[in-house]
Amino acid sequence: MSTAVAEGKTWGGGNEPLKASYGKMMMWFFIVSDALTFSGFLAAYGFSRFKFIDAWPIADEVFTHFPFLHGVDAPMYYVAFMTFVLIMSSVTMVLAVDAGHHLNKSKVTIYMFLTIIGGIIFVGSQAWEWNTFIKGEYGAVQTKGGNILQFGKYVDVNGEQKFKRVAISKIAVPQHGERVQHERKNGLWYVGEASLPPYTVEEVLHGLEAHKDVLVRTQIINEEGEKTVLSREASIEQIKKNGKQVVQGANLKVNEYGSPLFADFFFFITGFHGFHVFSGVMLNIIIFFNVVIGTYERRRSYEMVEKVGLYWHFVDLVWVFVFTFFYLV
Amino acid sequence: MAHEHKLEIFRGLIKFKSNIQKIWGVLILLSIVTIVEVILGIIKPEWSMTPVLGMKLLNWIFIILTIFKAYYITWDFMHMRDEVKGLRRAVVWTTIFLILYLSFILLQEGGYVFDVYDQGYIKRDF
Repeated sequence: MSTAVAEGKTWGGGNEPLKASYGKMMMWFFIVSDALTFSGFLAAYGFSRFKFIDAWPIADEVFTHFPFLHGVDAPMYYVAFMTFVLIMSSVTMVLAVDAGHHLNKSKVTIYMFLTIIGGIIFVGSQAWEWNTFIKGEYGAVQTKGGNILQFGKYVDVNGEQKFKRVAISKIAVPQHGERVQHERKNGLWYVGEASLPPYTVEEVLHGLEAHKDVLVRTQIINEEGEKTVLSREASIEQIKKNGKQVVQGANLKVNEYGSPLFADFFFFITGFHGFHVFSGVMLNIIIFFNVVIGTYERRRSYEMVEKVGLYWHFVDLVWVFVFTFFYLV
Repeated sequence: MAHEHKLEIFRGLIKFKSNIQKIWGVLILLSIVTIVEVILGIIKPEWSMTPVLGMKLLNWIFIILTIFKAYYITWDFMHMRDEVKGLRRAVVWTTIFLILYLSFILLQEGGYVFDVYDQGYIKRDF
């Protein structure tokens, strides 16, 4: 096209310096803004982590579960599996785009379908991760200052002394005179409280005194990169003096694994990402049905598959970063 | 439809015959990198614990490998390799610049707040 021809259409979009259609370009710029949103979250996570750099939970000790393998210590394997599922669904998506370029309807259908399945498996896995994280495993005592004290004992593993966690339910000694949950219907009307933790600090303290080998582990990371374990006397002292409430699992207020901020960011960032995956699956389903009923076949262009593909790859791209900053670093 | 795909990765070191072959090649590359990351994350080798620029060497390795993966996802899965230079730069440089800027500021500030706690101006070990 000569300049003279293009000139007339310049303000009508006649010039295409970026050689990309309007829709595709806008998808790219949406991705830029979304990438900045995510990096805002991740940078905020980094801020909080640098703020508590000596007391942040160690991801390997938090995410140690694998479905159907109870009591097996499997750090990160499940997240690695999830990462692989998402990369794999990215691959089927790009194969669908490629088949679209060749106007091969049946292949686009199959690959879109596989992509949707991959997305659903990923969202399901994330729900399972959340569930495990919320339920928690061992429980801990939160101090007045908001720090977390966990329990464990040294066990001999192949001639090496290893610190193994012990659940609160294993050591706590039930006491009389339990406090009853205050409900809205009695006492002060319409003022309720959250359900009480399964044990009181008093019961845990008695349990700690009764079990001679159990020690308290604080959240402070020592020079070897491990959490500091207190001596027997310091353990009892710490619980007696500072113990405030028993914490089981994690939510937006408390977190048995360490700083509550860790749980907040976990829910927020993986939740926001999960929401993206969910809406990606929805978009993919819409496009899938459009492919099936032949909309793009009649249009002789499968560019919509390409656009939704860009979004889907972006979701994968974000996960690669979430995986690194939440589970690895 | 004439869609031109550039079929070389690693600056022409590996050249694929077709676009589909390139997709599988990139998948293998990404899988290998992920497996390496997981293995490093589980064994945490002694040599990788040396501090470099305020972080453990291992963490830098993870970040570099992540950017490596991000590059191949963007360039080959999202076909950034086939777009014109103008679009590529508008998208990539804008994002990289703003992210670097934001993370520098926030991490710097986080380190400062840690020092404030650490030097005992605010007590939190109770």
